[in-house]
Amino acid sequence: MKAFADLYADLDETTSSSAKVLAMANYFKVTPPADAAWAVYFLSGRKPKQAVPSKRLRLWARELAGVDEWLFDECYEHVGDIAETIALLLPPAAKESDQPLADWVQNRLLPLRVMEEGLQKVAVTSAWLALNTRQRFVWNKLITGEFRVGVSQLLVVRALSQVTGLSTDVISHRLMGNWEPTPLFYSELMAPDTSDADVSRPYPFFLAHPLEGEPIALGPVEEWQAEWKWDGIRAQIVRRRGESFVWTRGEELVTDRYPELKRLADRLPDGTVLDGEILPWKEGVLPFGDLQKRIGRKTVSKKLLEEIPVVLMTYDLIEIAGADLREQPLSVRRRQLEAVVEQVADSALMLSPRLAFDSWDELIIQRQSSRDRRVEGMMLKRQNAPYRVGRVRGDWWKWKIEPFTVDAVLTAAQPGHGKRSGLYTDYTFGVWDDGKLVTFAKAYSGLTDAEIQQADTFVRANTLERFGPVRTVKPELVFELGFEGIQLSARHKSGIAVRFPRILRWRMDKPPEDADTLEQVKSLLLASKGDPIDVE
Amino acid sequence: MSEPLITLTGDGLYCPQGAFHIDPWNAAQYAVVTHAHSDHARAGSTQYLGATPGLPLLQSRLGTDANIRVIPYGEVLERNGVRISLHPAGHVLGSAQVRLECRGEVWVVTGDYKLAVDPTCSPFEPVRCHTLITESTFGLPIYRWDSNSDLMSRINSWWQTNKAAGKTSVIYAYSLGKAQRLMASVDSSVGSIFTHGAVENVTRAYRQSGVALPPTYPVNEVAPRTKPWVGGLVIAPPSAASSPWAKKFEPASDAVASGWMQVRGTRRRKAVDRGFAVSDHADWPGLLTVIKESGASRVLATHGFAQVLARYLREQGLDAGVIATRYGDEEEGAELAAEGEG
Ligand SMILES: [Zn+2]
Ligand SMILES: [Zn+2]
Repeated sequence: MKAFADLYADLDETTSSSAKVLAMANYFKVTPPADAAWAVYFLSGRKPKQAVPSKRLRLWARELAGVDEWLFDECYEHVGDIAETIALLLPPAAKESDQPLADWVQNRLLPLRVMEEGLQKVAVTSAWLALNTRQRFVWNKLITGEFRVGVSQLLVVRALSQVTGLSTDVISHRLMGNWEPTPLFYSELMAPDTSDADVSRPYPFFLAHPLEGEPIALGPVEEWQAEWKWDGIRAQIVRRRGESFVWTRGEELVTDRYPELKRLADRLPDGTVLDGEILPWKEGVLPFGDLQKRIGRKTVSKKLLEEIPVVLMTYDLIEIAGADLREQPLSVRRRQLEAVVEQVADSALMLSPRLAFDSWDELIIQRQSSRDRRVEGMMLKRQNAPYRVGRVRGDWWKWKIEPFTVDAVLTAAQPGHGKRSGLYTDYTFGVWDDGKLVTFAKAYSGLTDAEIQQADTFVRANTLERFGPVRTVKPELVFELGFEGIQLSARHKSGIAVRFPRILRWRMDKPPEDADTLEQVKSLLLASKGDPIDVE
Repeated sequence: MSEPLITLTGDGLYCPQGAFHIDPWNAAQYAVVTHAHSDHARAGSTQYLGATPGLPLLQSRLGTDANIRVIPYGEVLERNGVRISLHPAGHVLGSAQVRLECRGEVWVVTGDYKLAVDPTCSPFEPVRCHTLITESTFGLPIYRWDSNSDLMSRINSWWQTNKAAGKTSVIYAYSLGKAQRLMASVDSSVGSIFTHGAVENVTRAYRQSGVALPPTYPVNEVAPRTKPWVGGLVIAPPSAASSPWAKKFEPASDAVASGWMQVRGTRRRKAVDRGFAVSDHADWPGLLTVIKESGASRVLATHGFAQVLARYLREQGLDAGVIATRYGDEEEGAELAAEGEG
């Protein structure tokens, strides 16, 4: 626990990605597999469910620290975080524990969930007295199910890759899917033999970059394939050894939520992996909002299934007959994909059409029908490109009709005026810049009344500080913002100014660390230098 | 009850019987100053009284032509029947608590103080009194400092790690007091210590006063081409953070040394690699210890979380209140204000 808490502190405080990777690599080099497995588990964003309600923690902490409720509240108001307030308030540890992380998790943390309150109290308070402030903070976050570290999975992968000498692809692949943080898993993760592949595992998704400027810069038109950019949930369907799995990009196994997709997957030939977009579809694509009605449902009613059926709009074939196709060019994968779709002939499996065009201008004209078709624009893919890992520039471009969109984190809010006075409706958003959030836009519109209520509640419950009417909040909520233009600005701390920012949607599916970076936003500057292609 | 020994006027704390101010924020006839920080020692008063060890610092703050009289700690001076003496506050070099006695009634104004170990100044001495006016910058129970040796060993290991990685360690600390405490407390065998001009000036005054400090190299006096600071420790005031001046130390790891670094949110907003909660103010247990040892039956808290401390003390059965001075514009108090909570 000590080493892990120190690692956490290192990761938490530094703002540099390379320092974070180095800290993790140093940790993994010397940590026994049992602990390292848990560390990988936590660092890659997995966390145990809440074991103890924070209300109880507050009470026990107050008793132990001899602090009245009002005084606790004063502290909490100042600190802005319950886990941290408690960690700081408790009396110093009697004797610091040197129990390893795996022990802490397996023998102290996991049993908490099934304990009755009295025993929980004994277990938690005795844990507190064996930990220093930094360790208590990590412990409190773990037992309240709120553990979060400021590292992306990519950084964890880089660190593990540095330690093992394995490529980041192999590590990413092994980290996907369902696994248990056991020493065995960890040794498999670090194993030099890379011929493994868990039956359920999807491949790391190949992600597109936003197109900067006009497509003409991409070169000869015949080297490219164009498709619509569907507004759904990115997913892979895996069929291996008689089993079916539906994975979304958040690496969530959602097979049970989409019986239509399960049914179609069951009909795929063994050893097949399809890549595509889950779409709500009824004689055409339904609004994304309809899909949201299905996203959270673990069990789906017959009625909902009839009202909002989904399909997989497939556009890539990553594995066929058990063979990894990723090194094959897109043109080859596409031919085989078409054959699979034809062979399966299931209404829930649709083939994302290739758009016919002989010049970029033709494509520009077709693209203007995007809104009517309820698509977000176009995807441009290089015909001879392999299926790559992650967001690699050059081969896949998303060419959205919304000229500029950015996923940003809510950092502050203030009350609105008029009919919304009293509600926190004026928001400030930040994007990441080397580990910290810099303010890049303010936006006032775009949420539904229900969402505004929800955001208001969040702001009140998660205020860090007040400056007059403005409250800064815990950076937790991610919103997709759209804007019309972007330019350099010396007046803004971020160095850029955007025109007409508005909220497009609340990205409840995104953790804050996955919001965009200032660098990504700045890359849009290039795009804005050309004339806007979109005519609206 | 007799007339209070100290009242609050628009110019600051005032002793009517003795006709003098303590740390006035406007020009006064006679100013007793607790220490040389800018929110306590302000230029313009006709006459000053301070503690002997702080003279060079007071001179550089108030100007060499200021009329400053100093007395050793513990020596009593009488003014209009009020007996005045100064006692070590452990805050910075020459920092003093002010003890006033008149007709058997004793008041103490602590000024800023700390109980933590600091090799650059005399340690805090408890003084008994009837009424205590105490600072309360960190008057919340979440502020409990780690021991000086823990803090310094964390700084040392940060410095060592950076050095091993070929980086310069840059630590931002208030140039009067904190900077000298750091240079005197870190393990100077790790590497050389470099100073920002503002830090070097004060350091010179400390050395003049006979405080033993390891050698320091002013950044503006070394040849920049050779980058002599690589692997070293650079001590600079917080205002130098993310300035062009700081750029030249790249590749570097930076840190802030301030009590506010106790809280994660503040650490993260500073956007430096490390935050070390090293403070020259008392933490919560320190405040309570001093209040208890003073034996005061009445306590007035000022600066920082005064309301919280006063309420807590009232619940402990003391007669406690708040006195609204304007101290706290210096270093740590100022940072809090900048954070929007002051
Ligand atoms: Zn001071
Ligand atoms: Zn002060």
